[in-house]
Amino acid sequence: MITRIGRAFSARTRPLLVACLVAGDPDYGESLAMMREVDSAGADIIEVVMPFSDPVADGPVMQQAIQRALSAGMNTDTLFSLIRDFRAESETPLVVLTYANPVVQRGIGAFYRDAGDAGADGVAVADVPLEEAEPFCMASRDAGIDPILFVSQTTSDSRLEGIVERAGGFLYLVAALGVTGMRGEVDPETIGCIRRIKRISPLPVVPGFGISSPGQVHAYSQAGADGVIVGSAIVKEVGDRIGRPHEMRAAVGQRVRALVSGMV
Amino acid sequence: MIESTRFGKYGGCFVPETLMAALEELEEGFRTIVPGAAFQKEMDYYLHEYAGRETPLTFCRNLSRDLGCRVYLKREDLLHSGAHKLNNALGQALLAKCMGKRRIIAETGAGQHGVATAIAGAALGMKVEVYMGEEDIARQALNVARMRMLGASVLPVRSGSRTLKDAINEALRDWVANVRDTHYLIGSVVGPHPFPTLVRDFQTVIGRETRAQVLEKEGRLPDAIVACVGGGSNAIGIFTPFLDDVTRLFGAEAGGEGPGGRHGATLCRGRPGVLHGTYTYLIQDAFGQILESHSVSAGLDYPGVGPEHSFLRDEGRVTYRAVTDDEALDSFLYLSRTEGIIPALESAHAVALARNIAPELGKDDVLIVNLSGRGDKDVSQVAALAGDRL
Repeated sequence: MITRIGRAFSARTRPLLVACLVAGDPDYGESLAMMREVDSAGADIIEVVMPFSDPVADGPVMQQAIQRALSAGMNTDTLFSLIRDFRAESETPLVVLTYANPVVQRGIGAFYRDAGDAGADGVAVADVPLEEAEPFCMASRDAGIDPILFVSQTTSDSRLEGIVERAGGFLYLVAALGVTGMRGEVDPETIGCIRRIKRISPLPVVPGFGISSPGQVHAYSQAGADGVIVGSAIVKEVGDRIGRPHEMRAAVGQRVRALVSGMV
Repeated sequence: MIESTRFGKYGGCFVPETLMAALEELEEGFRTIVPGAAFQKEMDYYLHEYAGRETPLTFCRNLSRDLGCRVYLKREDLLHSGAHKLNNALGQALLAKCMGKRRIIAETGAGQHGVATAIAGAALGMKVEVYMGEEDIARQALNVARMRMLGASVLPVRSGSRTLKDAINEALRDWVANVRDTHYLIGSVVGPHPFPTLVRDFQTVIGRETRAQVLEKEGRLPDAIVACVGGGSNAIGIFTPFLDDVTRLFGAEAGGEGPGGRHGATLCRGRPGVLHGTYTYLIQDAFGQILESHSVSAGLDYPGVGPEHSFLRDEGRVTYRAVTDDEALDSFLYLSRTEGIIPALESAHAVALARNIAPELGKDDVLIVNLSGRGDKDVSQVAALAGDRL
């Protein structure tokens, strides 16, 4: 079954922008408005982070956004309402990024079913590596959702094969050693990694972590990346304008348009 | 790909993909380097000549008279550094050195593991940086000073609840960023595979000694063993060699403010889930958000627990009970005054549970309490809390 994600990549004429927001940041209403803003500004895929209290893969910008969302009452029930509300007005592919425990507590099967029913197309779980992936991937496929798995510079060739075998939608390439957050540099190891993955993977490869500049987008797409994921750079526009919703939407929209215009 | 990472359904390695190569490398080192004669010889030197093993199994005359059974204390408080944490810190630091790592990071709650890691780093000539929650830095000033004197850097953690849980988050984030030259020296039987097994193996020296000592002194196995459980490394250390015996095993968790109040009694009052790389009992809300734990003792103030304890709980092999802050404080003073031994507040939880179960034992029954650490670090806190009882 081909999801909206698969169709977006097969139809692409340029690298795709995966624009990331934290669900419920700074609150439900503004979060939904921000998703629509990002969508109308031209993001090709929207990634929403389901907040977890202990986000070990995230840097300070995302941590603060996650904290804001949790304080405003975000939970897995409201996540699926948010996705449903967004989906009512848009066919843009949507990916949920979260950590294992919110999925496990809902029940792995129930989480993926609810995500699929709400209108999500892919789910990525930051702390589920290949070793733990089986039940998550199975539930994902059963629900018609792409199981998005991570690849890193430190991933060996044998692990990469196992990941490619199980993953769906696209491969999320962790483009920097460390946590999420803007870095502005092109990591030569990531360039090599993109080439290594493209040799064996039929799935699109999309780097994320530390990407915020057009120069990075250009370098990674030259190496063969099918898109890029931008998170902290967008989420920071939200965090810098708490209490000023109009400015917030304008800044987020502007940031996304600038990124899209650099996606050549 | 790593296999058999579980204790029953608990454990596993729930970490970002970037860390998997480091866990595989660590497991390889654990399997090939640790059993080798060269490593074992070095470890023997450090444990015996340097750290002061073996530690005594002290028959406590006053306690025995008062509690109505034969009470022994396993004296990890007498180990260099003042707590059992050094067994693991020396083992892992030595392994990290053999694996060519140049830098060690650690998390600490009460500061005992931070101090132990700082000591191991100084002894082995390795750079040590310790993540510690701001809240804990404030309540464990003595250990912060000790770490700095030993040449380690103490990095304050300002995220989340600013305690042990958040220090582990920061250490994991650091490790992801510096995975190639850094070893994360985790302080308890928690975290992703292979840490719960690795730390258990380095702490099992406590139980091996205890078993030999009690057989020599009593000519038989003990009837009951009691240890405190935060992450649970001292408990696993003393329990492991007795798991196949009839000896009853008891874990004392942090009951905090008691029923209805804040606590750290993960096994008694929590539910299984995933935190810090492992599937285990956790203190969490209905949606899987981790809740803040509470204990008078910083070392037990953690909303998770080692996955093997979760397994032993479900199997019914170990009985876990909650001990409140007040009971622990009372037993801190009780042991100090009855035997002239000032326990760590963590270990005072085990003493309190021993006092609770002693009435179930006969006068010839043998009860062993793992006195995991000494209480010098807690003196000013207890002085403030105990007030006019002093």
